[in-house]
Formats: sequence, C-alpha cells, structure tokens
Amino acid sequence: MTEQVDHRVAAPGRSNLDPAVLAGAESFARTWATAVIGSSYVPMTRAEVAEHLQALTEVLVHALHASPFRTAPGYEIGARLVEAHFTGTDTLGRTVQLLGDDLLGELGIQPDELMRSRLAALQGALAAGYARALRERTLAEQEAIRAAVLDARDQAEAALRASEARFRAMFTEAAIGIGIADIEGRILDVNQSLQDMLGFSVEEMRQYNIRDLMHPEDGGSVWRLYDQLTAGECDHYRAEKRFRRADGEQVWTHLTLSLVRDDHGDPQYQVAMIEDVTDRHLLQNRLRYQALHDPLTGLPNRALFLERLGRVFNNRARHRAGLCYLDLDGFKVINDSLGHDIGDQLLVEVGRRLDHSVSGEGKLVARMGGDEFVILVEGSKDTQDIVDVADRVLRELESPIRIGGHELTVSASIGIVERALSGTTAADLMRDADITLYWAKADGKSRWALYNPERNAKEVARFTLSATMPAALERDEFYVDYQPLVRLEDSTVVGVEALVRWQHPEFGRLAPDRFIELAEETGLIVPLGRWVLRRACEQARRWLEEFGDSAPFVSVNLAVRQSRDPELVRDVKRILDECALPPHHLQLELTESAIMGTADEPLEALRALSEMGVRIAIDDFGTGYSNLAYLKHLPVHELKIAGSFMEGLRAADEEDAVDVQIVSTLVQLAHALQLGVTAEGVETPAQAKRLHRIGCDTGQGWFFAKPMKPADIDELLRR
Amino acid sequence: MDSVERPNWAPGDIDLARPSIARVYDYWLGGAHNFAVDRAVADKVLADVPIIKAIVLNHRAFLRRAVRFMLSRGIRQFLDLGSGIPTVGNVHEIAQAADPSARVVYVDVDAVAVAHSRAILTGNELVNVLQTDVRDAKQVLASPEVQDLLDFDEPIGVLMIALLHFVPDAEDPRGIVADYREALPDGSYLAISHAGFEEGEWDPAWDDARGVYNRGVSEMCFRPKREVEAMFDGFELVEPGVARLPLWRPESPDDVDEGAAHFISFGGVGRKA
Repeated sequence: MTEQVDHRVAAPGRSNLDPAVLAGAESFARTWATAVIGSSYVPMTRAEVAEHLQALTEVLVHALHASPFRTAPGYEIGARLVEAHFTGTDTLGRTVQLLGDDLLGELGIQPDELMRSRLAALQGALAAGYARALRERTLAEQEAIRAAVLDARDQAEAALRASEARFRAMFTEAAIGIGIADIEGRILDVNQSLQDMLGFSVEEMRQYNIRDLMHPEDGGSVWRLYDQLTAGECDHYRAEKRFRRADGEQVWTHLTLSLVRDDHGDPQYQVAMIEDVTDRHLLQNRLRYQALHDPLTGLPNRALFLERLGRVFNNRARHRAGLCYLDLDGFKVINDSLGHDIGDQLLVEVGRRLDHSVSGEGKLVARMGGDEFVILVEGSKDTQDIVDVADRVLRELESPIRIGGHELTVSASIGIVERALSGTTAADLMRDADITLYWAKADGKSRWALYNPERNAKEVARFTLSATMPAALERDEFYVDYQPLVRLEDSTVVGVEALVRWQHPEFGRLAPDRFIELAEETGLIVPLGRWVLRRACEQARRWLEEFGDSAPFVSVNLAVRQSRDPELVRDVKRILDECALPPHHLQLELTESAIMGTADEPLEALRALSEMGVRIAIDDFGTGYSNLAYLKHLPVHELKIAGSFMEGLRAADEEDAVDVQIVSTLVQLAHALQLGVTAEGVETPAQAKRLHRIGCDTGQGWFFAKPMKPADIDELLRR
Repeated sequence: MDSVERPNWAPGDIDLARPSIARVYDYWLGGAHNFAVDRAVADKVLADVPIIKAIVLNHRAFLRRAVRFMLSRGIRQFLDLGSGIPTVGNVHEIAQAADPSARVVYVDVDAVAVAHSRAILTGNELVNVLQTDVRDAKQVLASPEVQDLLDFDEPIGVLMIALLHFVPDAEDPRGIVADYREALPDGSYLAISHAGFEEGEWDPAWDDARGVYNRGVSEMCFRPKREVEAMFDGFELVEPGVARLPLWRPESPDDVDEGAAHFISFGGVGRKA
C-alpha cells in the first residue's frame, strides 16, 4: 500500500522491435527475474515478474538505439523497480551487473564503444533513479510508521485519559465513602461522600493519620487487622467500625480496607471503602429493644428474660440464683368485669410496682405474658434472699390500685425457686418455679410457696401413676387379693373381700390407697372396677365349683363414680351371667356417702341389683353422716362397722366402755333393721371374743387372715 | 500478542524499545515500516537463518494465492486475522483488483500496525481495521468493524497467515479456529499458513536465531503437518490439502525449487461444508 507514484512513461509498442531482438529481450528478462526474485516481496507471480521486467528491458532496448540518446528511461526503470517493490538490498547490484554482463549479448548488439558508453550511461541513470525512488519510498514509509506510532499513542492516551476520567468520576461521585492513605497512615485523599459522612473537608482529613480515627468502642480486631494489612500480611479486611463526626455525633459504618502494592509487591497505599450504616444500626437497636421488651409495661419480655437466664448459666460468674414466678390472683375476673383497658392499666401499675420494689444490680423483672411476671435474682446468698423479695412484692401489692374511678385490690401468688447453679439448668429452674406457683395457688393464693423437692417428687409420682394406669390395666399389672369374712359364731369363712393391687414395674406392689383416688380423679375407676368385679366373679365361680354350698361370696368395693355409672346394672348382670355365678354369691360394698348422698337414679340401680339377688353392704359404717331414718328404706343387706370403733375393744384385760357401747348400739340397730353386721379391723382374740359377745355376725381383720392369694383361700376352705 | 487479561478499553503499551512481529515481518519483506530495534533482531535472525526471508516471502505469496483461490470460488468478503503492517500485495488490493466491491476486515493487536492501516485505508469504505486480540473470536466477531461490513449470510474467507505459530498449545489454537468456524456460514473458506517441519528437519544451526526471536519478539511454536491439518477440523481441505508452502498450488513450476519438499512451513485452505 505504498503511495502510488505514477511517473511511468508509456512502454513503446512491441511491434517496433525486430522479433530476434524481442526474443533476446525476453530471454534477458527471465534471467533478470531469477536474479532479483526472493530479495524482497513482490506481489506478482513469477510470470508476472518476468513480463514486468521484459517491458523494462524493451524500454532499455529503445533507449540504447534512441536518437537523440537520453538517459531518462534508465532513471525511469530504476524508479519502476522500486515501485514494484523490488526493494531488496541485492536487487540493484544484481540488476546493474546483469545489464553490463548480458544485455548487449542477449540482444545481439555489437558491444562497440558507443553502445558500451550508452549502456553505462543507462546503468548509471538506472542506479540513480532506483536510489532516489528507494530513498523516497523509505522516507515515506518511515514517516508513515512514525505517524502511525503517534496516532496509536494519541489513541492510547485518549483512552487512558478517558479511563482516568472514569475512575476519577467513580471516586468523586461514589455514594460510598472512599479514602486513600499511604502505608504510614497519612491520609492522601478522600472523596465527597466520606467528607460528608465524617463532616471534615479534604484539607482537614489530610491533617489526620488513620490512627487518629480510632474510636474507643472499636473492636480489638479492627486495629489488629490494620497492623497486619500495613505490614503486608493481609490484602484486605472488613470490619464494623464507629467514627466520631466533626460535630461529635457517631457514625456506624461497614469498613473495607484494601492494600495496594507496588510493582515489587511491597505495600504502597491503603484504600478504605466506608459505608454509613448508622440508620440501619439504630433501626436494628430499636428492633432489638422492641423484640426484647413488653410494649405494655415496658418491662423486659420473655425472650429477654430467657436470654438473661441463659447467660447466668453460661457465665457461671455467680454461684446461686433465684426466681419468683408471679401470677395475679383473680385477674381474669377484673379483666372480664371491668374490661381489658382497666386490666391493661392494672398490669402496667403492677409492673411498675414490681420494678420499683426489686430494682437493683443482678435483678430483672420481666413480664412473661398475660398476668404472669417473673423476677430473676442473680447471685442470691440463700433462699431467704428470695423469700425477702417475694415478701416485699406481696407487701407492695397490698395497697389498693386506683384506676378510672375503681379502687382495685389485687393479690398475687408466687412460686419461689432458689438454688446453686451447679447441677441445675435454666429449664429446670423455670419448670420448678412454674410448679411452685401452682402450689401457691392451690394452697390458697395471695402467698408465696417455696419449691420442695419431696412434694414435687410425690406429685411427679402421682402424675406418673395416673398417666401409666390405663396401659397398666391393659398389661395386666393389676391383680386381686382376697381377705376372708369370718362368721364369729363358728369361725367359718362365709365370704371374702376382693382387694385390688397394682404390681407396678417401677414402684413395686401398690395398695389401693395409692391409686384408687387417682383412678377416681381420672375416671379410670370405672373400667378398673369392672375389671375387678369380673375377676372376683370368675374366682367366686371357681370356688362355687369346688366347694359348692360352702363356697364364700365375694365382696367387691364399688366406688362412687361406679355407683353412678348408668351401665352399672347391665355390667353386673352380664358379668354374673358370663361367669354363671348366682347373684347371692356377690356382695357390693359402698361407702355411706356413696349411698346416702345419691340422687334417685343410683338408688334405683342399687334396688335393681338388690332385687336381682346381689347383696349390698355399707362400708366403713359410722364414719360418715348416715341418715338413720333413711337407712330403713335402702336396699341394703349388711353394715360393715369401721375399724376405728374396734380400738377400744382391742386390749385383752380392759375395754373402752364407750366404744363397746357404740358397737353394741350399731349391732342392735342393724339387727333391728334386719341387716347383717360385719366388724372390720379385727386384730386380736379379745376383739373377736367381745364382738361375738356383742352379737356381731361377721368379722374381718388380721386376727383372722390378711388379704391373700386365691390359692391360699382354697387352703383355708379345705381345712 | 498482548496480555488477554487486560480490559478491552485499556490502551495497550506502545513500547518502541521492543521489536514487534509486524514490523520485523515488514523488514524481511523489504519494507521500511520498521525501527532500528526491529531491524537488529531481524538481521540477527537473518544472519543465522538466511532461509527466513524465503519463509516470510512464501507466507506472503501463499496469502496471495489463497486469496486469489478464494476469489475464484466466489468469495467476496475476507477476514484477515493478524494482518500486520500493510505493505504491498495486501488482501484488499488483491481482492478489489478482481472485484472492486470486495470487502475486507483487517484485525491485529499491534496498535502501531492498526494505526498505520487506518491511515492508509482512510476513505476506503469497503475495508475496516480492528484492533483486538484475534484469539478472542467472540470479541472479534461481535465488533462493529466486523458486524457492519461482513454479511454472515454469505460465505467469508478467513485468513490466518503466519498467525497460529505464535499461539502456544496452552492457549488452544484449535479451539480458537473452532470459535471462528462456529460463526461462519457454510461455504466459507479458511486459509492457514504455519511455520513447521517434520521430525529430523530442524537444523541445529538455527537454535540461536530461534532463541533470539523467542526472547526478542515472540515465542514460535513450530508444528508438524498433522497438527496443522488438525486445525482444519470441520473444514474440507481443498487440493492438495495441507502442504509445504511452495507446493500449495504453485503458480509456476519455476516457483518450486529443490528445497520445497522440506520447506519449513505448511499451508492449506479448507471449506466449511
């Protein structure tokens, strides 16, 4: 793409030349081509090169013969060689030599003086033309390449300026604060954002060293990492950091500090990018406060309390701690009758009084929700410490609270737990305080109760028993023992009382007093009683089969709840039927209160049972409040006199006249009503003898036999 | 070639203390678009390896033959990758001599070569010059210089003349070729000329010159014929396939001398089917 310098002269027509001369020119041109090809790049085929050189040869031929003789064509040929890019260093030398050696011979020209001279002149002109053209071309190309260098540099610099401008804009316009300091910490430049953030101008900032920006609240890691960074040990780090503004306010920031190294990798600058997160920080604080405080009373809430309690256990800075778990008595009534607004105001006042009465180091009052509050005392000396707090709180609540024209008197129940931290957990403490609060309520409210491990264990056991009883019934953990009822007249076993036992896998053998009450509470007494009834009837049937007329009847206790079960009659009948047991072999024992205190329906059931032939006995007779007038109308066959009346009849040598009188009266009463009498709790021979003398029909007690297995009863009957 | 990590908009160094491939080639081709530092290296190599001149002339001559071949097959638009310093016999001159409407895009990473090309080509609306690293095919093909001038619905002649022996295996020359191939319409042509030799053909006397060139200008990766052939993956090679440069469709029997069979370069042209 060299400039197209066209100073060619038109090649003369070939037709002018003699064919022999033309052939010679062609031959010379080929030799010429071979001599110069390969010295530089010429954008022609070999044939094109030969053709090109032949044209030049023909110009030479004409020049040699021209009249007048001119050297200009030689000069022209030299220029045209360069123009065709025959620019190789060997080209001119070879051309000049070849012209001198071969041209005249090839053209068949006599090498006379004239021709030699003309040829030499043309050679010289060719060399001069070539040299001039090559010089021009070289200079032009050198100029072009230098111009290209300048262009390229201009472009590069323009791009650099543009990129610098971009970076400068990025720095100045960035919404994030950016500052640059040298490795000693001298601040070199800060952008507008950082100036605005800290309230200092660039000039002021340049007076500072990075270390002047230390804040007393900085985490230790901020400056440790800073030292590592300036030492070149790390390349960047992030941190939360506070700065003091020029106006004394604080700015919370996210800081990213980066190290800039020089070409050798040595630390050179440090670049800080600082984002103002003050708003976010304050919002976070507010949200945290809201999350941890009760909006109504302003007291710490359950979350904060649990967090603090957890910390007490994690730090173990103190040895002991105590909790007061407090619940207002009858708050629901106030809320329901006076409205939630009054209720809320009451809670606010209670909260205020609590806070007022227990303020101080290591104490925390929190509202757990509803009308429940809790007081945490860290580092208590002993239980008395907490009891004092509870007393103070109860006293504080004594004075009436005036709200909207109402004068309200409130009281509270408090559960207290105080103990050494080792060996317990936050969850234990909470649970025990909760239980204890329940005790305070159960014990009559408006008081505190102190946690008591034995009471708790008992309640836990009770709970465990009641919870496991249904499964126990299914697993056949219950069984029935029988205690003989003996006719005093001839010591014959006429009946047996069925007594249920629980072979508990954990607690061992349990007597009815451990679980019957629980079963009554849970309602399990109905299926349990039915099970005992069936078991006793099956056993009675077996005795009937073995001993016939002398087989004993079975006496089965009927709980209050069972006696009111509408299915009772049907159940008894079905069981008797299924066991094929004659009804008079079954006696049902009820307590006085079960019979006397009942409405008509259960009585109907008893009558139906009685009519069926089942015996009905009143158990523990004389301990309740029996309506004697009413007794006459009841479907009862037997009175069992409570064992407590037997005390005075126990001793061998003397008897208690009053007890004897009472028992005699009861026997006479029973007999007057044509009822049989059984004395319970007969433990000595003297008792047995006296009861017989009094006229009592039947005795039951250790003197005769303890409750025993059916097989042992068998033994007894066979004797 | 320059570092590929540099962002595209960042200006390249114009370091005249360092020889450039483009200017060294220009010198060997008989041009004066070069500086003393280029000539010093060029002369040192030339002294040890006189054949170097024949090699660069042959690559240039192959370019001419390849472009003329493509023109004869109807190609009217060309993408010259690693075009270097425009000297004589440039692609657009050859192409536009055959058809004045032929279009050419020159691509080179050398800022000076590109600036020079632009200066010369001012006013020629059928020729564009792009300064980019040709190894990044995506960037080349997506550039406005290419997109505005070349019609990707028509076959394109792609020229990789004396280019790929500057791309080491680690930079995956075959992958680069494949990137271009993917974008080309069917019927397009690819010409590759590549310095190389078969086992046993290297003259130990050239070691010094090779070292000078590797250190001073650019690392040379000579490859045997089969590796050059492999670069045509996805193209159908036209006769005579990949051949020693002087033996690829010579214009005259006189151009084939006794050294042609062991010439230290290969060339070939393929058609994307």
